[in-house]
This record gives sequence, structure tokens and C-alpha cells, in this order.
Amino acid sequence: MEPSLARYIWRHTRKQQLWILMIVLLSMIPYFMSFDLPKLIVNGPIQGKGFEQPGATQPFMRLHYDLPFIGEVQFFSGFQLDRSATLLALSVVFLLLVVINGLFKLYINTYKGRLGERMLRRIRFDLVDRVLRFPPFYFKRVKSAEVATMVKDEVEPLGGFIGDAFLQPVLLGGQALTAMLFIMVQNFWLGTIAVVIVVIQIVLIPRMRRRLIVLGRERQLTARALSGRVGEIVDGIGAVHVHDTSNYERADIAARLGLIFKIRFDLYQWKFMVKFLNNFLAQLTPFLFYMIGGYLVIEGRLDVGQLVAVIGAYKDLPGPMKELIDWDQARQDVQVKYQQVVEQFTVDGVIAPTIGALTIDAPGPMTGPLSAIGLSIADDGGALLLDRISLQVKPGETVALVSTATGGAEALAEAFARLNRPKGGKVASGAHDLLELPEAVTGRRMSYASSDVFLFQASLRDNLLYGLKHAPLTSVTYDGAAADQRRWNIHEARRSGNPDHDIQSDWIDYASAGATGPHDLFEAVRRVLDAVILSRDILDLGLRSSADLTRHTELARRIVELRAALRTRLEHEGLSGLVVPFEPGAYNKEATIGQNLLFGAAAGPELADRALAANPYFASVLSQAGLDRTLYEMGMEIADQAIELFADLPPDHQFFQQLAFMSAEEIPAYETLLQRLKNRPYEAVSENDRAMIVTLSFAYIEPRHRFGLLSDELMSKIVAARNGFYENLPPELQNAVERYDPAKYIAAATVMDNVLFGRVGNNHPDAPDRIRSIVYDILDELGLYAEVLDVGLDFNVGSGGRRLTGGQRQKLDVARALLKRPDFLILNRPLSALDQRMQDKVLQNVLEEARRDGHSPAIVWVVTNPAMGMMFDRVVVFDSGQLVEDGTHETLLAESGIFKELLS
Amino acid sequence: MLLKDEVGMLQRVPLFSGIEPTKLKLLAFTSDRVSYAAGQILFRQGDEGDAAYVILSGRADILVDSDSGPIKVAELLPNSIVGEIAILCNSSRTATVRAASPVEALRIHKDHFLRLMKEFPEMTIEMVRVLADRLSHTTADLIDARSANNE
Repeated sequence: MEPSLARYIWRHTRKQQLWILMIVLLSMIPYFMSFDLPKLIVNGPIQGKGFEQPGATQPFMRLHYDLPFIGEVQFFSGFQLDRSATLLALSVVFLLLVVINGLFKLYINTYKGRLGERMLRRIRFDLVDRVLRFPPFYFKRVKSAEVATMVKDEVEPLGGFIGDAFLQPVLLGGQALTAMLFIMVQNFWLGTIAVVIVVIQIVLIPRMRRRLIVLGRERQLTARALSGRVGEIVDGIGAVHVHDTSNYERADIAARLGLIFKIRFDLYQWKFMVKFLNNFLAQLTPFLFYMIGGYLVIEGRLDVGQLVAVIGAYKDLPGPMKELIDWDQARQDVQVKYQQVVEQFTVDGVIAPTIGALTIDAPGPMTGPLSAIGLSIADDGGALLLDRISLQVKPGETVALVSTATGGAEALAEAFARLNRPKGGKVASGAHDLLELPEAVTGRRMSYASSDVFLFQASLRDNLLYGLKHAPLTSVTYDGAAADQRRWNIHEARRSGNPDHDIQSDWIDYASAGATGPHDLFEAVRRVLDAVILSRDILDLGLRSSADLTRHTELARRIVELRAALRTRLEHEGLSGLVVPFEPGAYNKEATIGQNLLFGAAAGPELADRALAANPYFASVLSQAGLDRTLYEMGMEIADQAIELFADLPPDHQFFQQLAFMSAEEIPAYETLLQRLKNRPYEAVSENDRAMIVTLSFAYIEPRHRFGLLSDELMSKIVAARNGFYENLPPELQNAVERYDPAKYIAAATVMDNVLFGRVGNNHPDAPDRIRSIVYDILDELGLYAEVLDVGLDFNVGSGGRRLTGGQRQKLDVARALLKRPDFLILNRPLSALDQRMQDKVLQNVLEEARRDGHSPAIVWVVTNPAMGMMFDRVVVFDSGQLVEDGTHETLLAESGIFKELLS
Repeated sequence: MLLKDEVGMLQRVPLFSGIEPTKLKLLAFTSDRVSYAAGQILFRQGDEGDAAYVILSGRADILVDSDSGPIKVAELLPNSIVGEIAILCNSSRTATVRAASPVEALRIHKDHFLRLMKEFPEMTIEMVRVLADRLSHTTADLIDARSANNE
């Protein structure tokens, strides 16, 4: 990147800078005129110069110039105006000039604001573009949070500065010079005083500010290091807790913050010190003007109008001067920042732009063999992982790489994936050096999966299809406002040197997954998920999450059929007792009282959980049904029992997991509440306290808690209240709840709850497992398996995929590699988190799936267990960075070398 | 059956007889009430022991696998506790328990059971006493069996 900020700005904004400069120069004309006007007004109409005779007039707006050689030329003789009319006319001109100056300022500020923002966008993009082209080893040494801070925060002030880079000195310098010149013209001595003070400012202030720059740089570095450390704590939070080092981290952060505070406070002190001095100097000048100028007026060597004009002009001098000095500081400051960032982003061995160039057309297959030729690879410390090995993998061949602990097979796989650069020798595809092939070829015709998986914080589907998003394949057509927006996007992107690829376009390369479009892609997805044995997990996720009904319409349409199928099946197997279904006219004993009352899923916060009892409408329904008092008494009984049972236990006691009514922290509050309310009549209890108590009864399930609080009468009252609740539901609550309807899908509930449409019995310990397996069967029978799997694919995997288990992440990575249907599939101990039996099963599936439909990709698999070699055409054994054995499984077994040793 | 009835039942289990009723109530509350149809398995021999069961009503058979199929070695009646050995020894189940009639039981989690033993030494002593008793019975049976063999 360009090391000098000024040159970087000049290169990209030359034209705009020149244009704005021109405008600024143009704006100087009205600016200067507005200086001269007060003098004209004071001396002319106000003091009466030129209007000595009553009724005297003066020409106004007379246009005449003294041209060389020609003499005076008069274009317009002007209007003749008397004294007060002249005052009015001159004042109007003054107002006009104010407006014109203001408009110039507005235009200039807008223009340079846009200029700065565009440049900021360009710099940020350039930086991220650099990150995308950094050589792989560089990332072993940088902290991601530091890079992010540089892109986001550290270049931010550059945006503000860029608009001012060339403009500010010209504009402010021009203003200062104008003011100075004007003062000079009025009175040479007063002018000289002003010049002397200004020179002192110019020399002294930047000197004092040098220290500010040093401190500023320290502030930048310490802040960057801080964000790096915070990022590290977040990423390594597990290690922090495991080793009880949270206090060490606290101390470290506190020390860093202390240092940052010190630097920042130093900075403040200096800044205000400099400010003080600067202000003092600026105020010194008027003092001299009043004293010396006043003296000159008294002596009669200067007229009052001149002195007023000088003082008026001087008011405009310190402003520009101060800003000019500020600009100079900003310049040095951002120059330092820019250099700091550029240094960090200047790395040797950056990947050439052509390697990652956008390629729309699908590249041809890789038909040549993949070979390592005299390949040596060293680790970061310089130790050799592979020592001059040569190996050729022919297209269509399946090769198991078996390695002793120091074998180096992983390094070879990484070199095949271009994640590790050779120290000597090379990796070639056919006759080409692999490193010189564009990523459009290697990223599409080869795939790689390893035990070290990275997933993006997005849905499972997005992560799975990530490997197919190489280029925008469709051009989206926009209408109306969207089209304008798109045109604006393209225009602005180009202006800032950003690419204008449409992120809304369909980036998925269906053809490489063996599909023709979105409609049949799912088939391919399902096959790879089946191959890595991940479908069941995703199906479970789907059952546990709520479906997006705009996407999964089929599920909502056939929910009645699905519920009926489950009932029939349960009856058929004699298991009807396992699930108690929701029936609009009946009380469901296995559900809580709250669920029985609401008989729906809360879709908003108004009626969810604790808010239910406090909701005024709900409370009115309860009192109409005559339930308010009953439920209050029930709540008191529950509070009493719960406190009797749990009050003595320490808050972390595991028994609290069983207490559904309140949390351990709430016990003391309920204890005092109970004391207070115990002998108080119901009518005297406040609304809030009532809600606190009633809410306890809402969590009650008779078969589970067995306090004996539910009578038949109460149950029928609850069912009646449920109907009353829905009859008069006010409009603002219409969207807060979805009523349970046997014929309708409940969008706010999970898929499983929708299918069950009831509660699993509390006293059947194995019920959930049995029901789940029955639900799997039914989904399969009704052809809804794929639909629910698709719901599961919406699951957000969390930061770095941490919401999935290690094994699931690895399986997903393999599925992603398979989905691409590559010519070379490189798998580097891809399933190390799974047990051996599962690994064998997935291996077999993957080999089958990769060869489906007559495909025959070459597969290079670094195996965790030598016995897996049996499944491959060829086995290559590594030991101490050397290739020691190479042959079929049988021949190697017969040879009784290292391979046989490893197997035994 | 309500919580307070369960407490009454638990009091009649010798193991819990020394524990005050409020604590028994807590134990009952934090345990799961489970029901089984006749023929259903409560747990199987070889499974990991994760809970003890107190039979509240009904009967259950204790079965041990042998070469000639499962043999019934004992019958469980209401107020008896079963499965506590596997919890104590961290071992797998030594026998299968199958409901012989519809069974209602309390399922006490392993963690809860161990916590109770820690908090109530009376219960632990009672437990030791029951175990010692069983051991002396077993020893007596063994002596009988040996002398029968020798004859």
C-alpha cells in the first residue's frame, strides 16, 4: 500500500480536490466583499460621509473599472439613492453576502464530507482486501480483534481528514491571509502587530503539539492491544475458567486500562495547556488593537471606521488560524495512524490479485495428477515437517495417508489445500504449479476438510452452501425504488473503488453440487448429510425449533394429518397414555394451570411467562370466572409448601432444579411476602402482590407436584375461563397469543410441540425417547422428513459454530467438502472427534457418496487409524517427515514394515 | 396419591424411618412419580445405575440373567426400595426389575440420594445396618449351601 497518506489521497481524489479548491477560491470573492461592507456602511450612511448636503444622493451599484490603456470604462451608472435608502441598500447587500457565504460553506462542507466518506470506504475495503490476500502463515501471528480494530476504528479519523486534506489549508490560509491583508491595508502598524502574534502562534503551538502526537500514537497502540486481549479472553473463555485465571485476566485488563488512562489523561492535560496558550495569544491581539488603535484614533491618525473594520477583521483571524493549526495537528495525527495501519498490512508474499479474481464461468475439471515434487515443509519454528518427499495422486485414485506421530501427512494435506507454503520443492497439478492456479480452479475443483473446522455465525444451511458461493451467477432485476437504490449502490461502489457485485444475487453454484437450481439442491444436501450421518441430529434440531412458515408451508398445511397419524400410531401401540392431547373443551392434566388457562402459545412478551398474571385483561377474565380468589389461595398454598420444603437449602442445592414455581433467589422475597399476606383478607391485597402469588399457581401440574390442589370443579372453571378469555380478546392482544387449534399450525411453538399437540405424561420416564422415535417414523411415512430437516437447517450454529458439538462441526465440514463434487477431495483427519466405529461408517458412506452417479474423484484421506487404509486403493505411510511405504493395503501388510507395526 | 401420602409410605421404608417428615417430603417432591404397566421393565441388568426406586403400589420381580434365561430371585412389595446398591457402588445394575402388576413408584435420582446420605447420618447408618444385615444373611446362606454340598 502507498506509504504516504498525502500521496494516497492525491492519487484517488485529485480531480475532486482541484474542483473543491476552485470553488473555495471562488468563495473568497464574496468573503472579501463582506469585510469591506461594514466600513462602507459606518462611514457612508451612518456617519454621513458623502451626504453632507440634505437631499444628497450617491450612486449605488455603479459598475466601472479602470482598465489599462483604455482608461475608465463605465458599464452601469448606478441608482441614485439618498442617505437612508443607501443604508437600507447596503444592509441588504450585507445580508445577501451572508447568504452567499453560507451557501458556499454548505456546498463545500457537503462536498468534502462525501469525499472523505468515499475515501474511508476505499481505505477500509483496501484493508479487508489485503486481509483476504494475506499469505496463510501470517494469520498465525495476528490477533483477529486487532485487525478488526484497525479496519474499523483506527482508519475512521482518516475519513474526516481526507475532505480537509488539501482544502483546509487553502481555505483557512486564504481566509487568514485575506483578513491579514485587510488589516494591513487599513493600518500598517496594527497589521504588523497581528503578524507578529500569528508568527509566534505558528512557531510555538506545533512544537508543543509534538508531544501530543507521540501520546496519540501510544494511545492507538495500547487501545489496539486492549481490543486484542479482549478478543482473546472471549475466544479462550473456557481456558480462563478451567484454570481459575479470571483474576489474572482481570489484573491484566486493569493494568492495561490504567496505562491507557495515564496516556489519555496526559493527552488531556497537554491539549488544554496548548489550548490555553493559544487562546491567550489570540486574545492578546485585540488588547493591543484597543490600546494602540485607540491611541491612533485619539491622535487622529486613524478614523473610527477603520478601527472598527480592523477589529471586525481580526475577529475572523484567530478562528482560521486556530483551525489551521488544528488541521496541521490532525494531519500529523492521521499520518501517524495511517502509517501504523499500513505497516501492519504490509506483508511479504501477499497473494496476487489474479489468484482470487472473480470468475463466473465454471472452470474445466482438473485432469492432471496432483503431485508433490521434492516437497519440504517447515513449521513456524523452522523444523522440517516433510523432507523432500515426492508423491503422485492420479485422478480417481483413493489414497489413505497413514502417519506416525511425527509423520507429516497432515502437512502434506495442508500443502495440497494450499494452506501451507512449501519451503522447498513444489506441489503441482498436471504441469502447473498448484500455487499459480487461480482459486477459481482450486476452490471449485478441489475440496478440503480437516479436524480444525471453522463455521460462520449463520444457519446450518448457509454454512453448508458456503463452499458453493464463488460468484454472483444471476443478475437480479430491480423495480422502482429498489432499482434506484441498486444504481446508487453501483455508482457509489465504483466511486470508492469497491466491487459492485450484487450480494443479493444467487451465488450458489448449483451445477457443481449436481443440481440444476434451488428446487433440487435439497436432494444433494440431504445425500451428503446422510453420508456423514448428520441428518438425525439436524432433524432433532428441526423438531426443537419453530419453523419459518413462509418457507415451510407444507408443514403447516399437513399438520392435521400429522397429528392424526401420531394419535393413531400411539393407540395402535397401546401408548395413548404417553401423550395427553390438547382439547379445546377439556382440561389437560399434564399441562400447567397457566397453559390450561391461556390454551395457546404466547407470541409476544405481553402474555409470556410472568407477564401473564400481571396482564390486566387476563386478571379481569380470571375474576369474571370466579377464579381470581381460588388461584390466589392456591398460590398461597404453593408458596407455603415450597418455602417449607426449600427454605433451609443453600441456593446452589441441586434440588432447586425440581422447583418449577420460583428460583432459589426468589425464596426470601416470597418468604416475606407470605408473612405479610398470611392473615390479610383477599380484598386488602394489592394488585401486584396478587399477581406475584397467582403466578405461582400457573406453574402447577397436579401429577407432577402432587399437592392435591386440583378439583374437578376448578378444572371446569378453568376451561370456561379459557373460552371467556378468547371471546373478548382486545385488539392489542390479538397478536400476543396463538390459540391452540387442533386444525391449525402454531407458529410460535416448536415443530415437536406442534406434532404432539399435547403434553407428554410426567410419570413415564422413557416417554420422550419413545415418542421421538415414533415421530421420526411418522415424518418418514408422510414424506415430511425432508421438510423438518429443512427446518433444522435454519438452525444458527452460533459464533464459530459453537452451538454444535465438535463431532457435528466436523461432520458438517466433510459434508460441505462433499457437496462440491470436486475432482480432488482432500480430508485431513476430518473426523477426529468421532469414535472409531462412527469414523469407519462415515468413511464408507463418504467413499460411496463421492462416487455416486459415475463420479470418480481422487480422495486423499489422512486417516486416524491405519486400519481404515483397507478401504482405499493405495496406502502411503509417513514417518519422521519421510515417505516410507507406498502400496496397496495387502502388499504393505505382506511387507511387515512400519504399516504392519502401526496396525498391531 | 398425593405428596403427603407418599411421605407416609416413605416413613414405612426402614431405610428412611429415621428421617424427619419434612425432609422426606422434600425427597418425595424432588423425585419423579413414575408408573409402569405389568411386564414393563424398571431397569435392566447391566444398565448404568442412575436412580433408586421406592415401590408405592403394585408388585415387581427381581430377575437375574442365567444361562437358562432369567431367574426370579425375589419379589418387591410396596414400601420396598430397590436399586440403591448400584448407586452406592457406582456399578451397573446387578439384576433386572420388571413390574409384575401395574406399579407406581418414586424414582429417586442418584445425586439426590447421595446428597441425602451426606446430610442425614441416621440414614447412612440405617443403610449400613441394612447392608450388614444382608451380608450376614448371605454369609449364613453360603454356609448352609456349603454344608449342603459337603453332605
